Amino acid sequence: MPDRKLLVLGLCAFLAVLAFMTLGARGNWSFVLTFRGTKLAALLLVAAAVSLSTILFQTLSGNRILTPSIMGFDALYLLVQTGLVFALGEFGYATLLPEAKFAFEVVLLTVAALALFGSLLGNGLQDLFRMLLVGVIFGVLFRSLTSLLQRLIDPNEFAVVQGAMFASFNSIDTELLLASAVLVLACCGLAWRKRHILDVMALGRDQAISLGLDHRRELFHGLALVTLLVATSTALVGPVAFFGLLVSALTYEFLKTHRHGNLMIASMLIAVIVLVGGQTLFERVLGFGGSLSIVIEFLGGLVFLFLIFRKARA
Amino acid sequence: MRLTVRRLPSSELLWFAAVTGLLAGLVLASLAIGAADAGLADLLQSKDGLELFLISRVPRTCAALLAGASLAVAGVIMQMLARNRFVEPATAGTGECAALGLLVVTMAMPSSTIFLKMAVSCCAAFGGTAVFLALVQKLPPTQPLLVPLTGIIYGGVIAAITTFIAYENDLLQYLGVWMNGEFSGILQGRYELLWASGLVALAAYLYADRFTIAGLGRDAAVGLGLDYRHVLIVGLGIVALITSFTVITVGMLPFVGLVVPNIVSHFHGDNARRTLPLVALTGGTLVLASDVAGRLLRYPYEIPAGTVFGVVGTGVFLWLLFARPAHAR
Amino acid sequence: MIEIENVSFRHGRTPVLRDVSLKIAKGGITALIGPNGAGKSTLFALMARLLPLQSGRIRFDGLDVTQSLSMDLARKLAILRQDTSVASRIAVREMIGFGRFPHHLGRPSAVDREKVDAALAMFDLEDISARFIDELSGGQRQRVLVAMAYAQDTDYLLLDEPLNNLDMHYARNLMRQLRTLADTHGKTIVVVLHEINYASAYADFIVALKNGEVAANAPTADVMQESTLGGIYGMDVRIREMEGKLVALHHV
Repeated sequence: MPDRKLLVLGLCAFLAVLAFMTLGARGNWSFVLTFRGTKLAALLLVAAAVSLSTILFQTLSGNRILTPSIMGFDALYLLVQTGLVFALGEFGYATLLPEAKFAFEVVLLTVAALALFGSLLGNGLQDLFRMLLVGVIFGVLFRSLTSLLQRLIDPNEFAVVQGAMFASFNSIDTELLLASAVLVLACCGLAWRKRHILDVMALGRDQAISLGLDHRRELFHGLALVTLLVATSTALVGPVAFFGLLVSALTYEFLKTHRHGNLMIASMLIAVIVLVGGQTLFERVLGFGGSLSIVIEFLGGLVFLFLIFRKARA
Repeated sequence: MRLTVRRLPSSELLWFAAVTGLLAGLVLASLAIGAADAGLADLLQSKDGLELFLISRVPRTCAALLAGASLAVAGVIMQMLARNRFVEPATAGTGECAALGLLVVTMAMPSSTIFLKMAVSCCAAFGGTAVFLALVQKLPPTQPLLVPLTGIIYGGVIAAITTFIAYENDLLQYLGVWMNGEFSGILQGRYELLWASGLVALAAYLYADRFTIAGLGRDAAVGLGLDYRHVLIVGLGIVALITSFTVITVGMLPFVGLVVPNIVSHFHGDNARRTLPLVALTGGTLVLASDVAGRLLRYPYEIPAGTVFGVVGTGVFLWLLFARPAHAR
Repeated sequence: MIEIENVSFRHGRTPVLRDVSLKIAKGGITALIGPNGAGKSTLFALMARLLPLQSGRIRFDGLDVTQSLSMDLARKLAILRQDTSVASRIAVREMIGFGRFPHHLGRPSAVDREKVDAALAMFDLEDISARFIDELSGGQRQRVLVAMAYAQDTDYLLLDEPLNNLDMHYARNLMRQLRTLADTHGKTIVVVLHEINYASAYADFIVALKNGEVAANAPTADVMQESTLGGIYGMDVRIREMEGKLVALHHV
């Protein structure tokens, strides 16, 4: 029964959080708790944002091998970082107000995405894949522009940008956390309210319309939520491309249900387990630095290939 | 094998003439432009100038032409084998696999000869593209756009693996060189592999009819007596060779294999025997144009040809997506 | 003559064809019919060497499909599959020209060009010979593919449900053209058909498959009997004669 499975997941997530907060802690407890607490909050937000956005996106696109991050957001993000370093220099970049930078990035990414969605003509899947392809191509374009800028930057300053290439949970601003939390929680709330509509959307365009939904409008709203979630998460910690894919694949494997209420909760819990548990494992047990995200990318990518081999069509 | 000479229809002749004219102009420009503060005539008269000319300008021009021509041909072959208009070495993981192969061999055997590096890179590209083609078989044929999407993600996964290995071994800078195509480092003695690439592309012409028939699908090909598997392997081999030659010498030039064949196909169709020469000519010309443009836009600084072509290629790709939605292949 | 001897085929663990043996005489049109899942398409694919044989033998005028070179077989039989969507952008004339590939292997001669011209004339494609096939309608494309199979100039022509995507007009045209090919050009034609009445009107022989076995193999008139058809399709079906043809009223 899904409910029992959710309890199991909840328990595991709780244990992961506990381990993260307490394992290997030395010294002043209040310091440790605050320090780790901040990081935990960021991890939880990212977990929620990425998992939810991927589940939503896969339902809307009717395909379980796609993830919203392929739409070039991470490339745009990297371009913005490189552009800022190029324009302001290393020092200028470091002294940017984090809130201003965050707001700028979220707004820019959201606007870019909405422009992309404007190309949707309501012609169904063909349209959606075309939109994705457009996003992907822009991703390639942004990457090439980024590498161009990188060559014009002083090698020392390049290190700053290199750091931005992979998601990092190590240095996050508290104020940003608050803003992100508001955004993510708002999106979660909206998505939760739409959970029954999503169940119908999952049946496909034709079925959804015949059951009375305004497919194009729901698609747009859903994608807007996805964008906001991805933009927030990227602006907070950086690009996390295949993490969502890994989480959604695990969710569908674990829960043999199509009800979005359960799927959304389960996916968030699984995301927490993977991210928090994984981070604990890497930092405390294995002693690696910040390469968790790369490993997740790799695993997620493998999942992707495996899914294609299994002809996974929603 | 004798090549029969046919009378070319006027539209093709026109295309040939136009592109060749453009090419001539570009070659001249390419030989004349450079950071050295001298005109072409002066350059050729001084001893140092002549040396610069022979060691840098001529090789650079040749490299751009050869890379462009062979990558465009590789694109045509891939599109026929995958039966999809949007497939090319950069949207099928071929380039990324070639880079991975290079990285692995550079790490494992840093002092190996360039031929060994080439061989490993080529095998990696071959294997990686074969895997991609196998993946493509599993995708629903009613959604042709899923193929390049899958290819790009697949390439992204390979790139993630490669980046991870490079990151952990401090070789990230190397990776940048292979993944971003540009011609500024071309010198005599450092680019000759591209001639090999050009030869391979030329050899592809011998198989032109077979590739076209393969592009009709496996069943049609078998029905016409073709050894489909053999053609597939030869095609893959050609693509892998060309990609590895290009990646190791100048870096990956995305969109060349996509844009050029599609433009030529729009006007002249998909009969390889007719279109391969046009594709090669157009590919070489466009890449040279990108290189020249890259040298002029912010003179005397250079923008990599790969970037210039990437920007233009993006525009053309978008046009392909929106102007001909049903003809994705 | 097409000799099919003891052909069995499994898809995974499911048997699709069970020890099928039959001979198809040279000349005329033989229709291959049967209910869904009877194994028609599988038998077709095995005959056309698109699927490798698991057991048994298939020979065309003595040429074994497993032993012979694919190129030799291509000069003996031409195939037209169900899926006729051709995505390549090739001119009609060149497409038909590819039908000559087994003969010229890339170096077409005057003979090949003549055959292509003959095919264009026969299927009324001269007006559109320079157009690209991806710009043609479904019916026109079908004609081009049949013309291509015709240009391949083989003794045998195998077609797998060619009428599926055609409207009544083009479907009838195609069957009439097949009849002409059999009568005037002496070709042996094997067509997998879904609609029994086309088989009745145009085929000389009917081979019926049911559950992977041969349920009937006889001249058309003998198969178009109420008891025979009823047994094959598992339903009561009335047969009437209209204008000299036997018609099965399977739809009422």
